[in-house]
Amino acid sequence: MTRFFAVARAEMRILQRNRWLLMATLIMVLFALALTFAGSAPTGSLGVDMLTVSVASMTTLSVYLAPLLALMISFDAVAGETDRGSLGLLLSYPAGRGEILLGKFAAHLAALAFAMLIGFGCAGAVAAWSGGAGPDSLIALARLIATSILLGAVFLTFGYLVSSLARSTTAAAGMSAGLWLIFVVLYDLGLLGAVVVDAGGSFTRHVFPWVMVANPADAFRLWNIAASDSVALSSGMTGAAQALPIWAAPLSLLIWPLIGFAAARGAFRRVEP
Amino acid sequence: MTDNILNIEGLCKDRGKTRVLHDVSLTVSPGERVALLGHNGAGKSTLIKIVLGLTPGNGGTISVAGHKPGSGAARSATAFLPEAVSFHPALTGREQMKLFASLSGEKADIPGLLDRVGLGDALDRRIGTYSKGMRQRLGLAQVLLGKPQVALLDEPTSGLDPISRQDLYAIIDELADGGCAVLIASHALTEVEARTDRIAIMRKGHLVANDTLEGLSAKAGLKTRLRVRATQNADEIASQIGGTRINGASVEILCGPDEKMAELRRITALGEAVADLEITPPRLDDLYRHYAKEGVQ
Repeated sequence: MTRFFAVARAEMRILQRNRWLLMATLIMVLFALALTFAGSAPTGSLGVDMLTVSVASMTTLSVYLAPLLALMISFDAVAGETDRGSLGLLLSYPAGRGEILLGKFAAHLAALAFAMLIGFGCAGAVAAWSGGAGPDSLIALARLIATSILLGAVFLTFGYLVSSLARSTTAAAGMSAGLWLIFVVLYDLGLLGAVVVDAGGSFTRHVFPWVMVANPADAFRLWNIAASDSVALSSGMTGAAQALPIWAAPLSLLIWPLIGFAAARGAFRRVEP
Repeated sequence: MTDNILNIEGLCKDRGKTRVLHDVSLTVSPGERVALLGHNGAGKSTLIKIVLGLTPGNGGTISVAGHKPGSGAARSATAFLPEAVSFHPALTGREQMKLFASLSGEKADIPGLLDRVGLGDALDRRIGTYSKGMRQRLGLAQVLLGKPQVALLDEPTSGLDPISRQDLYAIIDELADGGCAVLIASHALTEVEARTDRIAIMRKGHLVANDTLEGLSAKAGLKTRLRVRATQNADEIASQIGGTRINGASVEILCGPDEKMAELRRITALGEAVADLEITPPRLDDLYRHYAKEGVQ
């Protein structure tokens, strides 16, 4: 246990030193605030408070930003050490590879959670102060922050996976960018295409929602939308959410970090420094 | 073979279709300093990686302090200094050492250790600002963490100035005096300055020599060069004791270790005719070249 904490503590210090923590937090705050102000117009017409609208816009933001930040932080976790030549020495110490990876994961997740909490928290506070908030919208905000951290966790583990598979930091960066593009953009485009071709057939009604929720990024979106009627209302994306049982999206988002970590650990085990 | 802390027997290693280690057997006992020499690519680093459990061998057995390589107990007993050691540049020397100390589960006097390797002033500076020699010293400091039973040092002298190199050997001697088995990999005999108890030489994955420096010299049978300067007539000396005239006033004789004294007696018997005598024993470089270039035995 002390080994796990030692790795986590050192990683945390590195994130502070190389300004990553500061930059990520700043990015989150800026984007969340910008979206909150830009999205403040439709409040009156929908009959919901401003925080709800803000949460809906920030959900869309987080789908793109949480995976991106997570991959940016994790892609060189293993490849960077291999490139630098410090991995061999680290692995010669009596700490298991799983322990090392878990320590890094804990530190990276804590940093990501910090950035999310401050970013969304600031934007939420501004929205609530200027446009009102209710218990419903506060819960929606808390859910947004929690699910964003979970989504980040998924992509952190994806980052470790490519970092272990890639032979260099550059290759790991390229693979991360590809992974982000596939999960966040291309997957949805492909599904959209399939739905258009299917034209309301059985694929659209029975298979499509499940295929969609299998992608962690979409599961994140669905969870936030399905759980709150008013968020769904202001985001206009209810069809798929209603076709699925309530547990589908949370299950997908909770199980992905475990799958990702197991895969990353498996790949890391085979790395020869 | 219980007195050997590091025991390698019949180790082979394949990389793809090529065999990079052929039936290597090597033992190191507590307190012994063994130099492992060889060209780049001779298999030294691969051997060390297998002993550390970083990569598996293909046949043969290894035991590190009685444990399988790579097991927790073996890793606890082992200290490693990689070739061109590097650390995360954002951490300070103290933080990096703290991390290593907690990883090995040791309570260590970190300022004391860093003082020992001459980094006392750089304790709280980031490693990114360290010179190459300082990073090497930090690498050495982490070798001293805990009390290792086996120390594997891969090119420990690279990037060190002569004074630092002396310090390094002082520290290695200290380790060995404390009962640690030290294996020093290097690419030249001059690098280890023969300050080791035994020398093992690898060539293309084969262990071609494993003996003390004296033993190696005797087996190699390299010639000692005697250069005799004549007072007046070098030709006359050459005709009396044999050898070749190399310039107007000198004669050179090459002789094996067992003939040396006899030759010297003959030369001194010439009395006044000899003005000076220079004896050049085979150099470490010659010796290493002899083994590293020789055909596989």
